[in-house]
Amino acid sequence: MTQQALNLWVAFALALAASVIAEPWVSLHPHFAIESVFSFYALFGLASCVLMVLVAKWVGLLLARPDTYYEQDGGDRE
Amino acid sequence: MSKTVATVSELLRHPSLVLLVGAALLAVLRGRARASVAVIAPAAALGLVQWVPDGPVWTVGFLDYALMPFAGDALGRLFATVFSIAALAGGVFALGAQAGQQGKHSLELPAAYVYAASAIGVAFAADLLTVFIFWELMAIGSTLVLWSAATPASYRASMRYAMVHLLGGVLLLAGIAGHIAQTGDLTFTAMQADSVAHWLILLGFLINAGAPPLSAWVSDAYPEASVSGMVFLSAFTTKTAVLVLWRGFAGTELLIGVGLFMVLYGIVYALLENDMRRVFAYSIVNQVGFMVVGIGIGTEMALNGAAAHAFAHIIYKALLLMSAGSVLLMTGRRSYAQLGGLYRTMPLTTVCAAVGALAISAFPLTSGFISKSMVTQSAIDEHLLWVWLLLTAASAGTFLYAGVRFLWFVFFGQDSGLRPKDPPWLMRVAMLLMALLCVAPGLWPQWLYARLPFAVDYVPYTSAHVLTQLQLLLFAALAFFWTLPLLKRTSTITLDADWLYRRALSRLAMGADQMFGRLRLRTQQAWSGGTAWLLAMTERYHGMEGRFSLTWPIRSMALWVLVLLFTYLTLYFLRRAGYV
Repeated sequence: MTQQALNLWVAFALALAASVIAEPWVSLHPHFAIESVFSFYALFGLASCVLMVLVAKWVGLLLARPDTYYEQDGGDRE
Repeated sequence: MSKTVATVSELLRHPSLVLLVGAALLAVLRGRARASVAVIAPAAALGLVQWVPDGPVWTVGFLDYALMPFAGDALGRLFATVFSIAALAGGVFALGAQAGQQGKHSLELPAAYVYAASAIGVAFAADLLTVFIFWELMAIGSTLVLWSAATPASYRASMRYAMVHLLGGVLLLAGIAGHIAQTGDLTFTAMQADSVAHWLILLGFLINAGAPPLSAWVSDAYPEASVSGMVFLSAFTTKTAVLVLWRGFAGTELLIGVGLFMVLYGIVYALLENDMRRVFAYSIVNQVGFMVVGIGIGTEMALNGAAAHAFAHIIYKALLLMSAGSVLLMTGRRSYAQLGGLYRTMPLTTVCAAVGALAISAFPLTSGFISKSMVTQSAIDEHLLWVWLLLTAASAGTFLYAGVRFLWFVFFGQDSGLRPKDPPWLMRVAMLLMALLCVAPGLWPQWLYARLPFAVDYVPYTSAHVLTQLQLLLFAALAFFWTLPLLKRTSTITLDADWLYRRALSRLAMGADQMFGRLRLRTQQAWSGGTAWLLAMTERYHGMEGRFSLTWPIRSMALWVLVLLFTYLTLYFLRRAGYV
């Protein structure tokens, strides 16, 4: 990994940490009870994205086909 | 004479007609004159849109109905404004993309301007008949835009696209006819999904919005368009559908469910997709889903949010497709698997793509941040916990597939070794214009809020909103890098409902064709066998040596007649005698 890439990763990690650490200094006006959980948005963002990737992976197992799939029909031959 | 002048000048108050005149000129002009018209026509339309007053401008009697083909309101002006901007920027982009390939795509710009003009026509239509006419003109214009890519794949995709939209048009027309029969009125007012006619209208609208089950037409057709063609296609059809749903079916609860499905469908399919422009086709369904949810919620906040998001969406989606199109034009490659590391030699495209990606992800200081959050806020105001959770997850997911995945696989990530330059200057100008329009509403939300249909009582920039949004998006990015091994770039497509008409129905038709072929063969065989037997029998009994064609001697004939008469006479006497 180049020094430049390493710097970017460190900056990304710092941004992640800062966005969570700053929470106590900001008044959040939660509406739903679940929003009062500390760093809810960070946890929810992470969890929901991982879940969506897993769902996509599962859908892919069922429905992914080679990108020549429709070309085999003759009608879609280039 | 002066009356003619007055009529013509009255007609040219309608931005659509100005754009249509421009389209006609583009079809015949060449060179510098063509380029000038391509810029002036949408710019003039954009100017005229701002002058459209509230209320009906034209009222026309047609049969027993009063039509209002041209009427203004805040919503119509907002959509027509962004449609004109999309036509203008798309036109400039297309001029740049087509430079050096004279005549190859000469159909595209006129078709695109007819398409844009009809979308503007729908925005200012206050009666259902005018909506329908422009609706169909839009289908024709967009099919021609697809056609002008002039590849076999785009031709076939355009035929499938046209079939889906003609089906939508038929449903819409049937619904309108039913609506007239029930109410005797053609005015385009808010409706309820309470009768067959209104359901048909709703279905016709939803097909164009890319709603399930027929959402596959978006990702099937759009990526086959030319580099600039897809920029036009992304702007008009689905957002016009949002506009008419807004006018006709605001507060229809069903739309919340439909919209949420679209939002999540778009993300899952975009995550699986590797053709960068097809990713953005799925992304259109995903983002239109937010607007459909807003329309379904139906409060003033939600409806404002849907309209504002449509405005923001058209611009950042055009920008993203311009950057993806630039990559396609300069490298000839469209799959993530063949791209990567382009930031080195395409700095401007990278920056513009990043601006578009941040805007679609609703990053603070971009248009998406101030528009998408209104829809989310309206779910909070209505205490719709699950709607809010799903919309929030979808906001994170949008950053996942568009914000990070697109930028990573195309401009950063693994170096593909490609060293393409930034695209020609007209394309760069178009991208910069759209990038500016992604950032400006984020910096000055009041400009956009003042143009929304309802007064806005919402402050997007609170420290809580900015912080929670940053948490959400940054950790979505973390999720991307964490699950990167699962998101490997593979050359696959994902089956969708279009499988039914591209594979199942065509196989069924072929199967039926074969079956009927066999049946016909059997029938033919049986028929020819039967006739052969008949001919043989005829030959046998009536042929030269046949029993029925012999010439019999007179004496045997006389003998048989005698026998017959004798038998008759005998029977007669027996009867008279009472024996029989």
